[in-house]
Amino acid sequence: MPNDKDDILNEITNSDYKYGFVTNIETEFAPKGLSEDIIRYISRKKDEPDFLLDFRLKAYQRWKEMQHPQWAHLDIPPIDYQDIIYYAAPKVNKGPSSLDKVDPELLSTFEKLGIPLEEQKRLTGVAVDAVMDSISVKTTFQETLNKLGIIFCSMSEAIRHYPDLVKLYLGSVVPYADNFYAALNSAVFSDGSFVYIPKGVRCPVELSTYFRINAAKTGQFERTLIVADEGAYVSYMEGCTAPMRDENQLHAAVVEIVALKDAEVKYSTVQNWYPGDREGKGGIYNFVTKRGLCKGSYSKISWTQVETGSAITWKYPSCILQGDNSRGEFYSVTVTNHYQQADTGTKMIHLGRNTSSIIISKGISAGFSNNSYRGLVRVAKKAENSRNYSQCDSLLLGDKCGAHTFPYIQVENKSSIVEHEATTSKISDDQLFYCKQRGIDTESAIGLIVNGYAKEVLKQLPMEFAAEAQKLLAISLEGSVG
Amino acid sequence: MLLQIKNLHVAIQGKEIIKGIDLVVNEGEIHAIMGPNGTGKSTLASVIAGREDYEVTEGEIVYKGKNLLEMPVEQRAREGIFLSFQYPVEIPGVSMANFMRTALNDIRKYKGLEPLSGSEFLLRMEEKKQLVEIQSQLTNRSVNEGFSGGEKKKNEIFQMAMLEPTLAILDETDSGLDIDALRIVANGVNKLRRPDNAFIVITHYQRLLNYVIPDFVHVLYDGKIVKSGKKELALELEEKGYEWIKKEVASL
Ligand SMILES: Nc1ncnc2c1ncn2[C@@H]1O[C@H](COP(=O)(O)OP(=O)(O)O)[C@@H](O)[C@H]1O
Ligand SMILES: [Mg+2]
Repeated sequence: MPNDKDDILNEITNSDYKYGFVTNIETEFAPKGLSEDIIRYISRKKDEPDFLLDFRLKAYQRWKEMQHPQWAHLDIPPIDYQDIIYYAAPKVNKGPSSLDKVDPELLSTFEKLGIPLEEQKRLTGVAVDAVMDSISVKTTFQETLNKLGIIFCSMSEAIRHYPDLVKLYLGSVVPYADNFYAALNSAVFSDGSFVYIPKGVRCPVELSTYFRINAAKTGQFERTLIVADEGAYVSYMEGCTAPMRDENQLHAAVVEIVALKDAEVKYSTVQNWYPGDREGKGGIYNFVTKRGLCKGSYSKISWTQVETGSAITWKYPSCILQGDNSRGEFYSVTVTNHYQQADTGTKMIHLGRNTSSIIISKGISAGFSNNSYRGLVRVAKKAENSRNYSQCDSLLLGDKCGAHTFPYIQVENKSSIVEHEATTSKISDDQLFYCKQRGIDTESAIGLIVNGYAKEVLKQLPMEFAAEAQKLLAISLEGSVG
Repeated sequence: MLLQIKNLHVAIQGKEIIKGIDLVVNEGEIHAIMGPNGTGKSTLASVIAGREDYEVTEGEIVYKGKNLLEMPVEQRAREGIFLSFQYPVEIPGVSMANFMRTALNDIRKYKGLEPLSGSEFLLRMEEKKQLVEIQSQLTNRSVNEGFSGGEKKKNEIFQMAMLEPTLAILDETDSGLDIDALRIVANGVNKLRRPDNAFIVITHYQRLLNYVIPDFVHVLYDGKIVKSGKKELALELEEKGYEWIKKEVASL
């Protein structure tokens, strides 16, 4: 069976995307294109206070003068920002108070995604905020959270009910003019999730948001803000899917996290936006700014991401370690297949003393894809006795894909230690033969080997997500080796 | 007749390694294949298991009445062929339990059986662990990762017990084992032996054959079976050494 390997490689890389359905629900759109008027339209639709409109307009002014970043190892086709719809909302009764009031089509969408809200509510104790086309549809588990003083709601609700908190923290970690995509998001974001955990409260359930792009020609610009007050703890999960479309759709989200003294935030993402077809047609452009601020001493922020979707991913969940003894963590598995491109990694900015960070990145490339790790570890002069350990591994399936590592290390004092390790390997014929000799078919074998390879990262995921992520890794690579 | 090898010739990268082998293995039999290093023992085992790097230039292999050489590797395994590797490979991050469960269920699916439930699987694993006397920690670890040479070999026997093959090929499973480990391997074979299965035990030494009594012993030399006999042949070999065979072959 010569060259069986290549055939199977092709086969596995050619699996289909199972979330590619479209839901037919009534949707309200803003006119196409971006202008001050559109921004005012969005703000008015959402009945926003002046400070927010102001925030949006300032962001828009700056964005108009900005260039999209060119430094990433990505080939991004030109994007016509006037050809995008910036506001699309499923027509539902405003803020449904019970599931009965939610459009049944919408509910069935979430069932197809495997997140029946009621089921989740009862069985798993996961509170779900589902955001479809940027509009938050339903937040479950509200009562339990209310009792503890935990706020978990859509960003729009937060703006209405907790304007002071929003005003205090919005843009405090990712300023409105931080970068091209963050500025765009600041100008047009339509919804997202807001979390506030009060002092000393440990959130008893995993908080979870599911993002779904449904409408065609729209962009998705959600904005998430998580604040953990002193001594608070929360674990937050984010999942995303989109229909299959020939056109590319833009997703430019911003996530900001603030951890005060002794607080801990764990943020997990399973990113499964539509990756495009096997020829590279269609798919989501996933240009996301995620950043956490460890503001107080002994605070901790941990990012875990499993990235399998999107045509192009540009994303660097980062930590600013401002408080003394604070800690940042970044665990990442990125799978690229077919013609997918990913340039992802993290920034660990050590400002406080005795701060520590860990970076574990596992890139897996197949098909004709390109997969880059880009990471910055900066230790400022004052951040004495700080530590970083980085490990960036790449696994290649086949010989037509690319893996790249771009580590940037800046250490400005002598008492800190920064370690970086990197490896590149190929899935070995011996491992595959061993598996197959035990009766395991090639696809399962690859799934097993890849999951084993990514285990260090996967074990960071909350239980509810881990099994799904494992399946996703295997599926994303279907058809990639033999 | 379980396995019939007819005039098998095998080449690697254009170089002929197996130069015409005939062998018949029936249900219930244990065959020992002995011979000096580099004579093609592992090559023969790999070809039966279906490793792709080898080119069969002549001859055929019939297994359960079917043309074995046309079957993909995993199908051979599902039809009951098991290879205990001379050098088992490590698969980091994949637990033995997960590995075995995947294997068992893929085999069951092929046979049209329902997958084993979690508890059925654990039960079976416990049972087989006891059968081959392997410590429980081995199955909690990743496949062969950080295992000593002896642990790897015992792990192969454990897997054999789990998968209950029809034709098991043990490629130097005894090499490098201390006497206790050797007994574990031998006991494994003896306990798994049934009237409807067969073993091909490739070994360098006659030591193992004190515990596993073969029905036939074949001496492989320079890609050919140059001598076949009953278990006494192994003793004779032990006594006279491979030089004896080499000379005998040269004089022919
Ligand atoms: N993958 C390979 N590539 C090239 N030569 C090989 C390969 N595998 C085995 N050989 C050669 O084939 C011959 C037989 O090897 P092998 O079957 O491993 O012998 P044994 O198991 O009897 O020690 C040796 O000369 C060896 O060098
Ligand atoms: Mg050998």
